[in-house]
Amino acid sequence: MPMTTETIEQEAPPNAPPSTQRGSSGSRLEAIAGGEIVRSEIHPELAKEDNILAIENFNLWYAQSQALYDISMTVPKGKVTALVGPSGCGKSTLLRSVNRLNDLIDIVRIEGDMKINSESIYDKKVDVIELRKRMGMVFQKSNPFPMSIYENVVYSLRIDGERNKGVLDEVCERSLRGAAIWDEVKDRLHSSALGLSGGQQQRICIARAIAAEPEVLLMDEPCSALDPIATNKIEDMIDTLKGEYTILIVTHNMQQAARSSDYTAFMYLGRLIEYGPTDTIFQKPRLIETQDYVTGRFG
Amino acid sequence: MKKKQSHHTSSRSRGGRRSMSLYAEGEPMVWLTGGALGFSLLMIMIMLLYVFWMGFSNFWPQSVMKVTTHEGAVHMGTVNRVQNFQVSAAILGALEEQAEEEKAQGIQVARVQADHILENESMSTRMLLYTGNYDITGTRFQWVSDYQISTETEPEWAILVERLMDGNFYGNLVAFTEDGEVVTEDPAEAWRRFQSVHPDVRRRFRERERIRTIDMGRVNRNEESARLRLITETRRFENDQTTAEQLEKVRLETEEAIAVTRREHAELSARVDEINVANRKYGLVFETAQGVRHTLLLDSVVRAFPANQISTGQKIRIFAGRWREFLLDNPREANMEGGVYPAIVGTVTMTLVMSIFVVPFGVLAALYLREYAKPGPIVSAVRIAINNLAGVPSIVFGVFGLGFFCYIMGGHMDELFYAVRLPTPTFRKGGVLWASLTLALLTLPVVIVATEEALSAVPSSMREGSYACGASKWQTIKRIVLPRSMPGIMTGMILAMARGAGEVAPLMLVGAVKLAPSLPLDIHDWSGTLGFIPTGPIHLERSFLHLGFHIYDLGFQSSDSEAARPMVYTTTLLLITIIVVLNLSAIMIRTRLRKKFETGNF
Repeated sequence: MPMTTETIEQEAPPNAPPSTQRGSSGSRLEAIAGGEIVRSEIHPELAKEDNILAIENFNLWYAQSQALYDISMTVPKGKVTALVGPSGCGKSTLLRSVNRLNDLIDIVRIEGDMKINSESIYDKKVDVIELRKRMGMVFQKSNPFPMSIYENVVYSLRIDGERNKGVLDEVCERSLRGAAIWDEVKDRLHSSALGLSGGQQQRICIARAIAAEPEVLLMDEPCSALDPIATNKIEDMIDTLKGEYTILIVTHNMQQAARSSDYTAFMYLGRLIEYGPTDTIFQKPRLIETQDYVTGRFG
Repeated sequence: MKKKQSHHTSSRSRGGRRSMSLYAEGEPMVWLTGGALGFSLLMIMIMLLYVFWMGFSNFWPQSVMKVTTHEGAVHMGTVNRVQNFQVSAAILGALEEQAEEEKAQGIQVARVQADHILENESMSTRMLLYTGNYDITGTRFQWVSDYQISTETEPEWAILVERLMDGNFYGNLVAFTEDGEVVTEDPAEAWRRFQSVHPDVRRRFRERERIRTIDMGRVNRNEESARLRLITETRRFENDQTTAEQLEKVRLETEEAIAVTRREHAELSARVDEINVANRKYGLVFETAQGVRHTLLLDSVVRAFPANQISTGQKIRIFAGRWREFLLDNPREANMEGGVYPAIVGTVTMTLVMSIFVVPFGVLAALYLREYAKPGPIVSAVRIAINNLAGVPSIVFGVFGLGFFCYIMGGHMDELFYAVRLPTPTFRKGGVLWASLTLALLTLPVVIVATEEALSAVPSSMREGSYACGASKWQTIKRIVLPRSMPGIMTGMILAMARGAGEVAPLMLVGAVKLAPSLPLDIHDWSGTLGFIPTGPIHLERSFLHLGFHIYDLGFQSSDSEAARPMVYTTTLLLITIIVVLNLSAIMIRTRLRKKFETGNF
């Protein structure tokens, strides 16, 4: 059942105090499933942060079915923000909307806007290619290109026409060090990236994503296909990247979200349910639904 | 075994449906499908082995057999093939009748033959003897049935002579001549003398061929270009583009150039005459099986050997020499003998030029269809049309190529760039370029379909990764999609090349010929042009020999198909080998590319 923004605007969301919501577990989720409008619970701490990305009343449809409902949130600069929620809740769709990868799918239609550093992302005048250069993205499944490790990492510079070997070498080393894989591959930079292990490949992809020094680093479940050791390495790496880069990460792993992120947003059926500092979300969330989810009672 | 038992019990539990159990396990289908595959493979194997054996053994030197029949006829030659047959009652009856007549005269010629037939229950064996000596007897072959044979010998000094004209010659060596005078009548001595002079004769022969093709060709080209320059200048004068003095100057220069070429031509002719005289100095005198004395001058002898006394080592050398000749020499005797070098060059040149056209066009078309075009009814229709194009009979492409490429495009090109040579057509006739373009059109669907498949096999995660790095569509295609699908594109190219190299029907209309004066790829002549683009040694306007067409021509168009038969097999073997080599090399490149994407170094 398609829902337009007009109906959302007409029906004002119920403004219930968060504390009273406890004890009525499931009622809010049932309301969402029933198509009711539920206001996102956004913690006041976020207002104090310096934002780099602002999502404003964002709706998205795949053909006739709506996947994102009126999402409004900000992503603080230099922090790690995790998006959690059960499968199919729209986390990845939201993430892919930030660098407009969803443009590649013909049937996608959107309403609302996003802003990066107060500049519109979805304005008609925006050059998508230039926009994507400002962001890096790491995918669920590692996708190194069929070329050498070196060429993989400097790919975004190559497509910008950078030919200076010194610059390329420097960026390559810096990115590989940033992705904590320099020591493992420094002796075989010119062999194929496809010969590496899954975890190494994923870190090559991260190196590739940070090579162009993006303003935002988007990570779509970067560890879901990796074993615990490789996952650890990537989490350590995220810790070191923190502060230097703004990271928006989608994850299914609650521990990972709890360990690595500064802020956590809980999504359900295309809605943003609750969004606040990670500690609060995991220890004392305002909504019982969030608590049920992060403690593993559903989802 | 165990599995069978358990299956048995389970089928018993199902009671009445036991008879279905065999089908339920699908075993009849295994036999049917496996049998079909095996049968197909067997047929292909038999065909390939047959072609291989017939083609490969063709050049092995056989012994020369002298056969005398009961009637007293003598034939000498090599056995071409042997077959069993049923002697008809009419023949037997005639022999019996003749035997009755002979009885009165006290001879037994027909009786012996009739008895032989009766002994073998009317079955007999006959062999086809290649008796050669076409210029003397007017025939090349002789069937001899075994009941007709009274004696069969292998004469010591029976010589097999391969000649430039009229096919093989078989005869007993009796003498050696020098300037028409017999110098020895001892066969061994004659043979020794022949061996000492023949290599020089062959060397001079090759020199003469070089003069005739390369040097004379160059001289003729110089004369032609001087003449064309004068015509061009005359036309310019008629159009008031140049002065009378200038025209006069060109005329004088042209006359001078032509005088030079005439002089060169005369010198070369003199050398050719010299060679001819030197090569005709010596001769071999033979006595044929029928007792005719015949002198062969050495200038017409390509190869000769006493077939019944040479060792295995010498046989191997002759075998290798014949293969060498086959691969590297020009054809002679209306293509029935000699080599197929021009056909090899023609086939390879045409296939390569075709690939140069078809691969870029096919890949670009597939890129548009797969990467740029919005999927919808139009794209689907185009795709169906492309697939249907692959099913159009190839002769249709040939007719199109003749009409559009040769006459329309070639006609315009002649008017634009080669007007001075008119009315002699340059491109307005069959040639390598038009043949390649026609075959490119024919094989385009193969390349498009293979490329599209390869493109769609590139994982979307890779494209997304590239887009996420800020790459444009073309950058993604160029740097990620195309390299990644290169092995698949190579597959398409292999298929197209194999198809193109083996195609014959359209080529007959657009450029393949029986006899071409010069090669389409000629390293001695760098004057090739395509309009105003110089193409160096590639002469795209020239017609060419093609192995596939060569086979057709030999087998069905030659004056003596029996004599051409061995060459048909050998040429077929060669064509198959070329296609296999093309395929193998492309597969090797593909494997290397694949490895490169998996682990190897860049």
